[in-house]
Amino acid sequence: MSTGAIIMMVIGLGTVWGGTLTTILIALAAEKKSKIR
Amino acid sequence: MREVWQSRKGFIFAAAGAAIGLGNLWRFPFQAYKNGGGAFLLPYLVALITCAIPLMIMEYAYGRQIRGGAVKAFSSLKKKFEIFGWVQVMIPIVVMTYYSAIISVSVVFMVYSLGHAFGMINWLSNPGPIMGMVAGSAENPLDLGAGISIYILIAVVFVWIANWLIVKKGISGGIEKISNVFTPLLVVMMVIFMINAVRLNGSAIGLEALFKPDFSKIMDPGIWVSAYAQVFFSTTLAVGVMIAYGSYLHSKADVVNSAFITVFANSSFDLIAGVLVFSTLGYLVSSMGVEFTSFGTGAGVAFIAFPIAISTLSSNVVVQGLLGFVFFLCLFIAGLTSSISMLESFATAALDKFKISREKLVTIISLFGFVGSACFASYAGFNYILDIVDAYVGNIVIAGLGLIEVILISYIYGTKELRQQANEYSDFKVGQWWDILLKYFTPLLLGAVVVTNIINLFTGLLRMDIIGVIAQIVFGWGTVLIMIGASIVFYKRKWTTSVNE
Repeated sequence: MSTGAIIMMVIGLGTVWGGTLTTILIALAAEKKSKIR
Repeated sequence: MREVWQSRKGFIFAAAGAAIGLGNLWRFPFQAYKNGGGAFLLPYLVALITCAIPLMIMEYAYGRQIRGGAVKAFSSLKKKFEIFGWVQVMIPIVVMTYYSAIISVSVVFMVYSLGHAFGMINWLSNPGPIMGMVAGSAENPLDLGAGISIYILIAVVFVWIANWLIVKKGISGGIEKISNVFTPLLVVMMVIFMINAVRLNGSAIGLEALFKPDFSKIMDPGIWVSAYAQVFFSTTLAVGVMIAYGSYLHSKADVVNSAFITVFANSSFDLIAGVLVFSTLGYLVSSMGVEFTSFGTGAGVAFIAFPIAISTLSSNVVVQGLLGFVFFLCLFIAGLTSSISMLESFATAALDKFKISREKLVTIISLFGFVGSACFASYAGFNYILDIVDAYVGNIVIAGLGLIEVILISYIYGTKELRQQANEYSDFKVGQWWDILLKYFTPLLLGAVVVTNIINLFTGLLRMDIIGVIAQIVFGWGTVLIMIGASIVFYKRKWTTSVNE
């Protein structure tokens, strides 16, 4: 694979997969926090 | 007492299941390929941030606030705007009629895969004849005497019975329970298939084609229109689905983060499908010496290329058949979770206005929907009319109503008030950037999408022969007129429930 393709792959996959993971982790942390309360 | 989602997990799985559908699997990879590979990803990511996320937050927040579907949502702004709500919830009903026909092919292939596994038929390495037998052929869209596919017709009955059984159970009894099982199962299966596809020889050829940037095309407005259209349609926005789902949220439920999760999960599936499809095509290009373009640009990828790819994963026919069964079950699940959300969009709107039991209403819609789907089981319907109806409903009506929705809610209800309501119980808050996007940026870009698509449809008519023009007018504009006519009928009828008071 060319360097350009690898960079675009990292940007694209990183944004949406990373975004999914981050927002799910935020939701889990918020749920845990509300249970502790 | 209005139902609410029993858990946040159930709501997110249902919403993600609604957004994830057959469109992700074949539409995204070829939109990316057609529009410059990696260069398409930049407008696509911009569209996610500027259109999909703001609209998703708006639909969830407004649905939760209004406690109703699209019809109640529009009529709450101004009584006469109710008509837009009815047109909006007509979209999923029309889409479901042909969507069910596409899902039906998965059902047929699931059965044939089991036949392959048990040694009754060997077809996965050469799916052309089976696809030809299922889809049939017709000379043109008006060749209605060409015949009807009994395979699709029988499978359509199965699909509508599945829809009916799930949706009549209601939100927490049917959709939430089925989504809790099916959505994670679908994701797990697709990830396994994707990892397997990336391991194939030649997958790098496909990934290079998918991700290689072509910046000479990035200034082309067509790429931006395609990116916005892909994001808009694949997230099931502006068809009343997400407003309806939002209306069942608990009054103290998170809105903002749930919207982010839904949009990102849908896009993740777009990219999982992209990597899966292109890696497999790269393998086929490498092993068979064929061109990428030889697989077509639509359903052909899923229904022709994948059986071939599955057949080459193992020399054991039992394994091939079982893998084929799992893959087409995966497609069926993706279609089913989307189709039940479409049925729910109309059901929620109608239950808001008319005093009728959910079971009776869903039964009536299912019967009408099945009759509509049966039309697409004809050879002319499946091979030609389906594309025409999809182009008119998908390209013009959805984007047009999305534009109307964002303008009316932003300027009449007000983004500031809605933002405060959305932020109140959310995991994190959105700032004023959200107001600016909804008031100025999103309407401008959606307006450009609508205008460009209308111009394309009219200029397309000039290049067609007389049969093509007649077919476009009858099936394209005809469908739009029927939708508007039916919406007027529902709009004129009196409210028989007390929820609007």
